[in-house]
Amino acid sequence: MSEPITPTLLYLDNVTVSFDGFRALNALSLAIDHAEMRAIIGPNGAGKTTMMDVITGKTRPNQGTALFEGVHDLTVLDEAAIAELGIGRKFQTPTVFDMHNVEDNLLLALKGERGPFAALFSRRTTRERERIEALLERVRLSAHRYRKAGELSHGQKQWLEIGMLLAQEPKLLLVDEPAAGMTDQETADTADLLRDIAKTRAVVVVEHDMTFVRDLGVKVTCLHEGSVLAEGSLDAVSANERVIEVYLGR
Amino acid sequence: MTTQSLIDRQSIIVLSLLAATAVLVPVLNTVAPPGSALHLSDYLVPLLGKYLCFALLALSVDLIWGFCGILSLGHGAFFALGGYAMGMYLMRQIGSRGVYADPILPDFMVFLNWRELPWFWHGFDWFPIAALMVIAAPGLLAFIFGWFAFRSRVTGVYLSIITQAMTFALMLAFFRNDMGFGGNNGLTDFKEILGFPIQSGSTRIVLFVLSTVALAAGYLLCKWIVNSKLGKVLVAVRDAESRTRFLGYRVEIYKLAVFTLSAMIAGVAGALYVPQVGIINPSEFAPANSIEVVIWVAVGGRGTLAGAILGALVVNAGKTWFTGALPEFWLFALGGLFVFVTLLMPRGILGGGTDLWAKVRRSRTRHAPGGLPYAAE
Ligand SMILES: Nc1ncnc2c1ncn2[C@@H]1O[C@H](COP(=O)(O)OP(=O)(O)OP(=O)(O)O)[C@@H](O)[C@H]1O
Ligand SMILES: [Mg+2]
Repeated sequence: MSEPITPTLLYLDNVTVSFDGFRALNALSLAIDHAEMRAIIGPNGAGKTTMMDVITGKTRPNQGTALFEGVHDLTVLDEAAIAELGIGRKFQTPTVFDMHNVEDNLLLALKGERGPFAALFSRRTTRERERIEALLERVRLSAHRYRKAGELSHGQKQWLEIGMLLAQEPKLLLVDEPAAGMTDQETADTADLLRDIAKTRAVVVVEHDMTFVRDLGVKVTCLHEGSVLAEGSLDAVSANERVIEVYLGR
Repeated sequence: MTTQSLIDRQSIIVLSLLAATAVLVPVLNTVAPPGSALHLSDYLVPLLGKYLCFALLALSVDLIWGFCGILSLGHGAFFALGGYAMGMYLMRQIGSRGVYADPILPDFMVFLNWRELPWFWHGFDWFPIAALMVIAAPGLLAFIFGWFAFRSRVTGVYLSIITQAMTFALMLAFFRNDMGFGGNNGLTDFKEILGFPIQSGSTRIVLFVLSTVALAAGYLLCKWIVNSKLGKVLVAVRDAESRTRFLGYRVEIYKLAVFTLSAMIAGVAGALYVPQVGIINPSEFAPANSIEVVIWVAVGGRGTLAGAILGALVVNAGKTWFTGALPEFWLFALGGLFVFVTLLMPRGILGGGTDLWAKVRRSRTRHAPGGLPYAAE
């Protein structure tokens, strides 16, 4: 494999996505380091979710570069290949497999063979069982392991989805609005969990909840109309005139 | 470990009922004296055998629709292709006993003044080749169709529409005489299968028993798949396709695999159907037939396997009765049944029955004297 072009884990440069002429992303550039946690804020329609779509292969940019680990071109790979590289994603609305129980949701997410034949003949190994056990513990769903995921509360679904992300053992986690619809306590717990995860992996969190972003205590990027408006510590970004104008309000 | 074992209660019930049928029908037909109340008349044996073939077809549809969310409205095409493969073998078996007594060419080819057998008819006089084609022809069509459809991510209504278009196009093609499949008359006037007279009582009984065996095997195969991790992935695709993709699963490969397998099962059903009804013609490709199969599955209970079998049997028994008693009303009854089931029993007979049974049991335990109220969930 060729030499990495950039030392950063995720590298977006000059990425533009237009839908029928409307630019959801407009020459966006962003770099995320190994084991860095980054919070992304910005008004509705700023392009935050679209950025995740580009990184995970759901949307193809009209132009620009998207590199993972400096070598993998994310603009040509499909969703499955990108997931295999080690990029996991939590959707804006929690998306779990409602008809499967909590344990099976995690089982399906566990890192491993992804082909149909491997799946047909797969038997659950002790290692897998231990992994599931540990994950259940970590997202506090041990007591609910045999319940259908569809029966979980909104907050529990969010956590299950984070658990599924962890099960994939990704190098980069993209987490879209994890605190939406959560109680204050759940929100604080989620911040703790993400901070803990970010000790070993890179995490990109999109969130509107400013208390939550403050809890994370990490570098913040504010997007607006598809490009970066401001970047830096939360205090610096929230003091920025333009950010106050378009997002935080006076 | 929560992976369900292959032999659960549902499997035991299905397999014992099939085993009982495989024994009782031949016994009541041959041992019980004609005229006695227990006697099963000769015409009923192939009729019941036909129902079993339909049940196997319904099972193949339930595997993809019930578990993977692929609503095929063209599965009748795979059934018909399996049927044609068998029909071609049976045609070659006629040999020189046809009306024109040509040792090689089937009657309809002589009638069309054809001089030699078209290349695609070669080998069909040998049963193993025909048996292979019963699976390979529908499998190949499903593979090619699925390759294009699933890779371009055609889903939902669009997929259903192109499956309809597929079976409709095949129907038109098979209606043409120059296609070499007997045109609108199809293939018929069969004499023998593997050397046994096709009309004889004992052949019919063997075909009937083989149909129950095929249905049982098809059921076990589907059960094995849906209980495996593969089955869990299929359900995941059905319920949250893009989630599954972002977990790293190549959804199109899963769909392609299960769609192709399902088409092969449908082909086997068609192959067993043809010798029992004695004819295969292009009307088997009619789009309405494929829609009817989906109705059987919906009526019985989608995503339950056993429900697909039940639905096929119930609706077809109803159809036989209706077309005898009130032929004009059959289509209305079928339409009404579909509307009724969709609106009032969305989980079909089996799903609705299971729900009802669970409710009855719960209320019983709640009111049982000294019984614990179910507090612990
Ligand atoms: N598939 C699409 N077709 C057309 N327009 C789209 C599509 N996806 C997104 N957009 C538009 O692109 C813009 C950016 O959307 P995006 O979902 O990325 O915003 P966001 O920053 O995630 O907003 P929110 O905070 O509301 O989640 C919006 O104006 C949206 O309407
Ligand atoms: Mg968004």
